[in-house]
Amino acid sequence: MSALGLYNYWIFIFLMMCGFYLLLSARNLVKKIVGLNLFQTSVFVFYISTGKVTGGAVPIFTEGVAVYSNPLPHVLILTAIVVGVAGTALGLALTLRIKDTYGTVEEDEIDAKDPLT
Amino acid sequence: MVQFLDVILLTFLAVVAFAAVRMRDLFGIAMLLGVFSFLSASLFVVLDAADVAMTEAAVGAGVSTILVLSTLAATGKTVRPRSGRWKLPLFVTVMVGAALAYGTLDMPRYGDPSAPIQVHPIAKHYIEVSPQESGIPNMVTTLLAFYRGFDTLGETGVVFTAGIGVLALIGRRRRQDGTAAEALGPDVVAERHIIVRVVGKMMIPLVLLFACYVQAHGDYGPGGGFQAGVIFASGLMIYMLLFGIDAAERLVPPSVLQRLIALGLLIYGGIGVVNILQGGHFLDYRTLSSDAAHGIHYGVLGIELGVGITVTAVITTIIFTFTGYLRRGSATQQEA
Repeated sequence: MSALGLYNYWIFIFLMMCGFYLLLSARNLVKKIVGLNLFQTSVFVFYISTGKVTGGAVPIFTEGVAVYSNPLPHVLILTAIVVGVAGTALGLALTLRIKDTYGTVEEDEIDAKDPLT
Repeated sequence: MVQFLDVILLTFLAVVAFAAVRMRDLFGIAMLLGVFSFLSASLFVVLDAADVAMTEAAVGAGVSTILVLSTLAATGKTVRPRSGRWKLPLFVTVMVGAALAYGTLDMPRYGDPSAPIQVHPIAKHYIEVSPQESGIPNMVTTLLAFYRGFDTLGETGVVFTAGIGVLALIGRRRRQDGTAAEALGPDVVAERHIIVRVVGKMMIPLVLLFACYVQAHGDYGPGGGFQAGVIFASGLMIYMLLFGIDAAERLVPPSVLQRLIALGLLIYGGIGVVNILQGGHFLDYRTLSSDAAHGIHYGVLGIELGVGITVTAVITTIIFTFTGYLRRGSATQQEA
């Protein structure tokens, strides 16, 4: 049963850290948003993975099935995915406006052009 | 077998994420992100989350890839190579990762039936009581629309707000630029990619029909408003990709979409108000019918419809707005 043990979690942490690294190091705003997306998806798979029961079924009531995976994480993540893509769209829209105003999406070039910095 | 699939998919996910971090070509990264989403959707199926997998497949592999690609068309697809500024982020990332990995040692093992999340009384209630109480076999739907109705109302509100936000940021119609709009005109795909066009054309009605099925059947099978909304929007997106934004906006005018964004949320909130007027609590659907289970069923179907309308309208609006903005952008560049 626990042959996998903690392997799942370690992969999720790796994915999350990939996203985190992109957020910290990338200067291109589109790449930053990609990092945010990786981070977000890693949280999704983590949540869903906690709801899984060995031998469990999809949580749709069926005669003769006794063990179901927990539906609560499914509900939380289902809505979060749609909210996530809406948020990503908002971020990309901001990026487009920044490109319009500054002519670039590279962070340091924006800083150089910004009169406030 | 399931564990084997699980390990394979997880490993692929890790490889794709690592490749995305290393790559400098943003077009490649956008593709990898689509692959990443598709792999995670497959993983959701393995992990028994059919509803979630459906949403992720439509959103991740379809909608968000198109959004990133649209943005790239305006911002350019290569990241300027630059030295420095990788040591500190790498150090911070490794330290945080190590701390999190240390934390996992106390986590319940994968699939453990005695994990806290599985033995908590609320989990038992959701799994054992909800199908009897509401007569709806799909526990995810009951949970989403009834037990956590407030939460879902909030999420729909967030989707609504994001749609309005995108419109406010890049949705301004600049009619005076509309003349040089042929860059993405309908003939581009038609002439160059006849196979894509013919196959796509056959797919659109099936995608839209499937979306309606998912919407209407969400209480018995995997599905519901969120899934149907993103699938329907994907269908409209295919239409836009094949026939151009002008044809798509003739098919679904933006003014109609903007009204639908509000209408969905109004249906949702309106059902809650009806509940209050009938003497119940906000979003307690048992007042909708003399039989409590029937009332819940009506309520769930009603708010799923509201969610479906808002999500379809918001995602479609976002895609159309991005494409429209892009076209205007290329028009201004040509003038300059």
